[in-house]
Amino acid sequence: MENMSEEYAHINGWGVDADPENEPTYPMKKYTGDDHRRLNYERPQLQPETVEVLHSNERPGVSAVFGTSVPPSGLSGIVRRYSFKYSEGSFGHWIPLLLADRINVVEGIIDDFKRGHIPNILAEKGWKAEWKYNRSGAVKKILVAAAVTTALVLWLSRKKKKSLI
Amino acid sequence: MLAMNYRGPYRIRADYNMPYPEILHPRDAIIRVTRSCICGSDLHLYHGLVPDTRVGTTFGHEFTGIVEEVGPDVHNLKKGDHVLVPFNIACGGCPFCKQELFGNCHESNPEATAVGGIFGYSHTAGGYDGGQAEYVRVPYADIGPVVIPADMDADDAVLLTDVVPTGYQAAEMAGIKKGDTVVVFGAGPIGIMAARCAWLFGAGRVIVIDHIEYRLEFARHYAPCEAYNFRSLEDPVLFIKKTTGYFGADVCIDAVGCEAAGSAMQTITGRKLMLQAGSATALHWAINSVKKGGIVSIVGVYGPTGNLIPIGNVVNKGITIRANQASVKRLLPRLIEHVQAGRINPRELVSHKVPLEEVSDAYHIFSSKLDNCIKTILVPPSAR
Ligand SMILES: NC(=O)c1ccc[n+]([C@@H]2O[C@H](COP(=O)([O-])OP(=O)(O)OC[C@H]3O[C@@H](n4cnc5c(N)ncnc54)[C@H](O)[C@@H]3O)[C@@H](O)[C@H]2O)c1
Ligand SMILES: [Zn+2]
Ligand SMILES: [Zn+2]
Repeated sequence: MENMSEEYAHINGWGVDADPENEPTYPMKKYTGDDHRRLNYERPQLQPETVEVLHSNERPGVSAVFGTSVPPSGLSGIVRRYSFKYSEGSFGHWIPLLLADRINVVEGIIDDFKRGHIPNILAEKGWKAEWKYNRSGAVKKILVAAAVTTALVLWLSRKKKKSLI
Repeated sequence: MLAMNYRGPYRIRADYNMPYPEILHPRDAIIRVTRSCICGSDLHLYHGLVPDTRVGTTFGHEFTGIVEEVGPDVHNLKKGDHVLVPFNIACGGCPFCKQELFGNCHESNPEATAVGGIFGYSHTAGGYDGGQAEYVRVPYADIGPVVIPADMDADDAVLLTDVVPTGYQAAEMAGIKKGDTVVVFGAGPIGIMAARCAWLFGAGRVIVIDHIEYRLEFARHYAPCEAYNFRSLEDPVLFIKKTTGYFGADVCIDAVGCEAAGSAMQTITGRKLMLQAGSATALHWAINSVKKGGIVSIVGVYGPTGNLIPIGNVVNKGITIRANQASVKRLLPRLIEHVQAGRINPRELVSHKVPLEEVSDAYHIFSSKLDNCIKTILVPPSAR
């Protein structure tokens, strides 16, 4: 062991935190026995629920503090509320939440327009950086998008002609 | 105020009309942000992989700032203090906090019991707005924030909120014995820091695996360590077996998480179809590369539903898996010492310092690994 520290002398701090006692669970947890008292500890003062807060059904109520960012609303909110009927172990909880997230994106765009803000989606996606640092990739993406749009337009106009006959 | 505003997968913007935060609890503080980082964890949100990521929220869990206002029960901080804020929101008094599991607090996240509250990390982590903003609300400000030592650089300080403790805890959980061969999957900031810290625990050999050449090159010098590109290794598991005399690594660290590349099957089922909670390629490799009776330490983040990993091999090889969100508050005293003593130089990881206004481009650069990006700090106008 001693000659090892010489061998690694070029690495600043080598072995300074080596701890032969470090075996599974130590020192991650300082065992106090509090676990067996379950949730019978003195809770912090409770933050007033000024907005709707959903809580996991694996706990009796909301935590003493919580975030108040973007309370559930609209269609995505309905789906989120529904998902919280299911426990965290259930796909019934997570899949609807992901669905709600996607619905929320559409709601976000509608909301932007309602406020008179036209979202600049290319800027939001960081296109300025893409153009600067990955121009060939950017050009490729533009060409693919153009090709797909052209194909789509051609296909749609073909269909229209048919239905006219 | 100015803050980052999430609009949907791959879509974020700098928004000047975001509401100012308010004191909502006697133990809250309001902090004026001086630095905030973009983290690999933010990419999971940015890519739309974390359930209950609501449009209109602000991300950011790694930040420093000046105390602007404190609630009546916060006595350890005063207006004007420059603090670093651990990414975990922790009450300090629940059974988990009492046992120093500050990443697992029971009083900071109503939405899920499986994860503690985290700043700016979706409603699944408590629904808090984060620090990629001019101001942020910090709950339990009597527990988390630490005044930045006068001799410490702000860029070092902001990396003590997550990157350094997470990398350090990855190495600590690995239970490294003097002379151990440590394999770290991932050469992002977390993996690089884990490799650096593995030496502090007495590792004998440190190997980092990734597929981004500039990051491997950086890790090689910074840790310092051996670094290999898995694209040029036919089979990374076989490579590790061979390089350890067909024994297996003593410990493996997963510092990649749910967006791992390297296996088409994992990528399609995990990231494209979302049939599993992201792709578990690195964890798969870690389990198969470690020796019998070895330890796999996981800090890479995975979703809540489940992943395809060879659990049968965990059983048959007698592997110990250790994992957690880093307990930042527990580790800070020791890590501040390490930074002050020059044993860890966090700010060398910073490749980009960007005005908060350019947050959309900054995310894209970090996400697509453009311009040799390793770690990005966003700086609000008032701190420039
Ligand atoms: N547990 C915690 O407390 C905690 C804290 C912070 C970050 N994290 C997690 O740690 C992980 C890494 O964070 P980061 O900031 O370094 O992210 P990052 O995205 O910068 O780095 C991830 C690296 O992994 C590489 N990679 C992809 N597939 C790989 C594979 N199969 N094998 C090896 N390398 C592979 C990528 O090329 C990339 O360089 C993320 O999942 C993040 O969420 C956890
Ligand atoms: Zn982070
Ligand atoms: Zn707690």
